[in-house]
Amino acid sequence: MLHLDRLCYQQDGFSLAADLKIAAGDLVAVIGPSGGGKSTLLNGIAGFLVPRTGRVLWAGQPMPDHPGERPLSILFQDHNLFPHLTVLDNVAIGLRPDMRLSASQKAQAVAALDQVGLGDKAMSYPRDLSGGQQGRAGLARVLLRQRPLLLLDEPFAALGPALKDEMLELTRQIVQEAGITALMVTHDPQDALSFAQYAILVAEGQAQAPVPIGPLFDEPPLALQTYLGRRAP
Amino acid sequence: MLRIVLGGVVLIALLIFSLGTALVVGLHGRGLAALNGADWSAVKFTLWQASLSAFLSIAMAIPVARALARQVFPGRQALITLLGAPFILPVIVGVLGLLAVFGRAGWISAALQWAGFAKLSIYGAPGVILAHVFFNLPLVTRLLLQAWAAIPAERFRVAESLGAAPWAYFRLIEWPMLRATVPGAFLLVFLLCLTSFVVALAVGGGPRGTTIELAIYQAFRLDFDLGKAASLALVQFTICGVVSLLAFLVPLPQTDGLGLDRVVQRLDGPQHRFADGLWISAAGAFLVLPLGAVLMRGLRHMLELPPQILAASVTSLTIAFASTALCLAMALSLSLAFARRGSLARSLAEASGILGLASSPLVVGTGLFVLIFPYAQPMTFALPITASVNAMMALPFALRVLMPAVQEAYGDYLHLRLSLGMGRWIWMIRILGPRLRRPIGFSAGLAAALSMGDLGVIALFADPDLQTLPLMLYRLMGAYRMDQAAATAVVLVVQSLLLFWMFDRGGRGHAAFG
Repeated sequence: MLHLDRLCYQQDGFSLAADLKIAAGDLVAVIGPSGGGKSTLLNGIAGFLVPRTGRVLWAGQPMPDHPGERPLSILFQDHNLFPHLTVLDNVAIGLRPDMRLSASQKAQAVAALDQVGLGDKAMSYPRDLSGGQQGRAGLARVLLRQRPLLLLDEPFAALGPALKDEMLELTRQIVQEAGITALMVTHDPQDALSFAQYAILVAEGQAQAPVPIGPLFDEPPLALQTYLGRRAP
Repeated sequence: MLRIVLGGVVLIALLIFSLGTALVVGLHGRGLAALNGADWSAVKFTLWQASLSAFLSIAMAIPVARALARQVFPGRQALITLLGAPFILPVIVGVLGLLAVFGRAGWISAALQWAGFAKLSIYGAPGVILAHVFFNLPLVTRLLLQAWAAIPAERFRVAESLGAAPWAYFRLIEWPMLRATVPGAFLLVFLLCLTSFVVALAVGGGPRGTTIELAIYQAFRLDFDLGKAASLALVQFTICGVVSLLAFLVPLPQTDGLGLDRVVQRLDGPQHRFADGLWISAAGAFLVLPLGAVLMRGLRHMLELPPQILAASVTSLTIAFASTALCLAMALSLSLAFARRGSLARSLAEASGILGLASSPLVVGTGLFVLIFPYAQPMTFALPITASVNAMMALPFALRVLMPAVQEAYGDYLHLRLSLGMGRWIWMIRILGPRLRRPIGFSAGLAAALSMGDLGVIALFADPDLQTLPLMLYRLMGAYRMDQAAATAVVLVVQSLLLFWMFDRGGRGHAAFG
């Protein structure tokens, strides 16, 4: 279980408060207006921000301070891959950031690439991949790392609708098979509905506790109504 | 059509000024046979000092830039702005400052003497290299800082969330950036040290401290051996030509000052705080102390300024304004003519800018002297020649700023213009003008300040009655009238910075349009 225990982050005069729990294995969408604090929440959980008060707990234990020691992987919209490394190395750094892989670790990395359908692209460079393939390479790294929590900061937002749906579905499969808990920041209510079971509404510096996503969209509270306008799904 | 003609005219004028003068020099020289052993050791020394200066500048700029990239502290922005100052600081003033700290009568010598050691002497090779590092360390630091700031924040976060140790961190993020940036930076500094003249004039000299430029000057002014000066100029031109060809293959880094205020929030800041603090303080002191020393001394002796300061100021300002106007006219013509053409035309325009960077003022000066001498007294043309050569030297920097701005303006608005059916003049005056106002102001400021502080061709051509501020400062130093020299330095620095500020400020004008 992920437990945000009376957390408060403060950054450049902006503050975000969160006090909530997410059960292990849940898929949760993080929604809300721009500037409301969605990315701040994710960066806080990832360990890039130091909280002013409160703690982030995983399975009842406070998470370590350093982002690299936290039990999680993170995928951004962009720049997940290093342009000067091959696809294989980009995935392998998920296990060994210094790229000194044993034979079995290398086999694991190749297997992860196979699993996302990029087995033949191992020696290519990111510039030779399409947007969807770059997303797949990022997912292969997530697979390889086997961390129980995945944070997605508007992933695939630059892809076209069909490709984006495909990538979300792939992510969903991978995450559910591995029993990973996932938090996904998104702007698109449709993405939230198709990916997640629960939603956290972040608005005006406050992250609400997660609620089942269907009912939330059926009867949106005022803050969500304002955000959605007439585009409620 | 008009644009192409204007651009072509400027390009041809540039070719005549750089390659044409070199050709004249080549025909007039007595070939390599005219060069003796001392001349060849000048060639060796030139290459050696330029390599070492470039190496040291970069080796020290890397830790300083990294420290500035990952630490946040009060005064950080001011320090970064200050790093831009040596670029527009008159070289002779910088040298005077370095002498005040490192010279025989400087602070360090005084401290050494007090402690019972020998005084420091930086004349010759050490002084040349010290001064070149003083001027280029800040330049490279800014280039690298920009490259660091351009790394997407996500990349740092990916590396951190993977738990990369310092060495892996370096391999993932910093090594690729340095590999892409350092070769260009090295060539840029190498080229600047190859063609720098004032430093060698002021602290160089002697068998192990004479550069080719200084040797040309000496052959010219002391021996009046025009043939030998021409032979040396040919060697200088050949070396610069080869290096520029290399520079053309390795893209030189951009030298504008944009995007420097961004600090990527990095978690490795705190653990390096102490070492970073040391680098930043050392670099800051190395920059601030020499300048502070000159300005303080100068301010104390302002009343002893010789009366000629007024005439020298007027001459310097006249040259600066003429050279700025010429430089802007050339840069705008080239940008408008070539910015929207294919990549071949653009590389042609870029190459013409590199010509300005690679041409040595003394080679151009020698060529013009040889051309004019049979028909008239070259000294009478000292002012127009200085103004045009200065304009050409500032051109590469103006092009670096203007060319992308013109490209962007066309890229962003050309379709809108066409769909609105906007005429050429409305487009120029209402759209292009305001969009270019800021880069024009900035490049005009650069051109004016560079010309203000120049002491190249004018030293070659000037008769004793003609004074510019840098020339007057150099002559006062030569006469060991250091108090008056420092006071002159104050006047020169104030005028240079004021000119830069005035133009740059004018370009910012209505911030709303910025």
